[in-house]
Amino acid sequence: MKIVIINYGAGNIQSIMFAIERLGFTAVLSNDWKEIKAADKVIFPGVGEASSAMKMLIDSGLDVLIPTLKQPVLGICLGMQLMCNKSEEGNTAGLEIFDVNVVKFTSKVKVPQMGWNQIYNLRSDLFKGIAEKEYMYLVHSFYAPNCADAIATTNYEVEYASALKKNNFYGTQFHPEKSGDVGEQILGNFLKL
Amino acid sequence: MLTKRIIPCLDIKNGRTVKGVNFVDLRDAGDPVELAKIYSDEGADELVFLDISATEERRKTLIDLVRKVASTINIPFTVGGGISSVKDVDVLLQNGADKVSINSSAVKNPQLINDLAQKFGSQCVVVAIDAKQIDGQWIVHLVGGKVPTELNLFDWAKEVEQRGAGEILFTSMDNDGTKNGFANEALAKLSELVNIPIIASGGAGNIQHFVDSFIDGKADAALAASVFHFKEIEIKTLKEALKNNNIEVRI
Repeated sequence: MKIVIINYGAGNIQSIMFAIERLGFTAVLSNDWKEIKAADKVIFPGVGEASSAMKMLIDSGLDVLIPTLKQPVLGICLGMQLMCNKSEEGNTAGLEIFDVNVVKFTSKVKVPQMGWNQIYNLRSDLFKGIAEKEYMYLVHSFYAPNCADAIATTNYEVEYASALKKNNFYGTQFHPEKSGDVGEQILGNFLKL
Repeated sequence: MLTKRIIPCLDIKNGRTVKGVNFVDLRDAGDPVELAKIYSDEGADELVFLDISATEERRKTLIDLVRKVASTINIPFTVGGGISSVKDVDVLLQNGADKVSINSSAVKNPQLINDLAQKFGSQCVVVAIDAKQIDGQWIVHLVGGKVPTELNLFDWAKEVEQRGAGEILFTSMDNDGTKNGFANEALAKLSELVNIPIIASGGAGNIQHFVDSFIDGKADAALAASVFHFKEIEIKTLKEALKNNNIEVRI
């Protein structure tokens, strides 16, 4: 199986590489259209600030490629947020894959949300064998509100979408590569899709 | 609900875990990678690696160790010690660290906080603050608590938040190594003052101290070293006790 992690200069890529290795696979980092298109699975990572990450994506031309991919694609954290319509962070236009707008938590709660929180209302093969209310590791200041594309929700100030799915595109706000054995199982489920 | 976090801290010197009593008299408490794996399996929520000799000896944090840890464990970890530039952070993150902790370098060059937040995002910028009370004032100290600054803890905490820190790791030098409990009054004040998570550090001696840090100190996470390294407190037992005190934890 060929797993490609999209390399556009953003994200803690090494952790994802190691997690995939622990699952018995290897992944390659690439920004090459041909290589990405030929992959069986594509992972779209991202940490940092939305507008600068989007700019890097546009500079590499990958903003055009990603929405056209046909194989399973998993956006993680900011990767997931960039796959939404737009984000309040830096007033950033997204890839318009998930039909939802990313907004900021208010100061009623500590921002960023940092740590382990539960995922509910699981509805996708991505969560095969995963129990409701498992804890996942999250670090984020902006979130996708609950919506038709949600396949998991989490409570922090509001009930929001902690995972999204549209056709072959998946996104998790949490970091499966940093969420213990359960997180690794979710990453493994994605690789089995 | 978002849980409170339990964070074992591995102080590293020459590639080995050490724990200082009031930051002197170092004792060897094991192999860092092995310990990291044990803690991860026991239910630690995060790990912190502090290269405690780094600032003094101008040593760079051990990249090999970061890679070994990242390849072995599947929970987040923070690396601190001797980090003074965007480039230092870039290397650590590239090798698998999730966050970095900066302390002296942030005091000497506060713009570093802005630069790191801008380039890597606030979520990976932990500002560590060591402070102790002098004439009733909490004063920020540097170099493992040896050098006092003119900064007040609360003013500095507010400033680092405004500059883009994602989290504050507050160590009370008055409590560190005493095993008499965390500095809960200062912690609670910090937690109300800033809107980013606060990690309590310094003073853990028994399970009740952790309960108090979360309830009285309003901390978001509690960090300790020797009580875990010498198995005086098992993380599983600690988390069960926290749960029995109606504190949300990941079990």
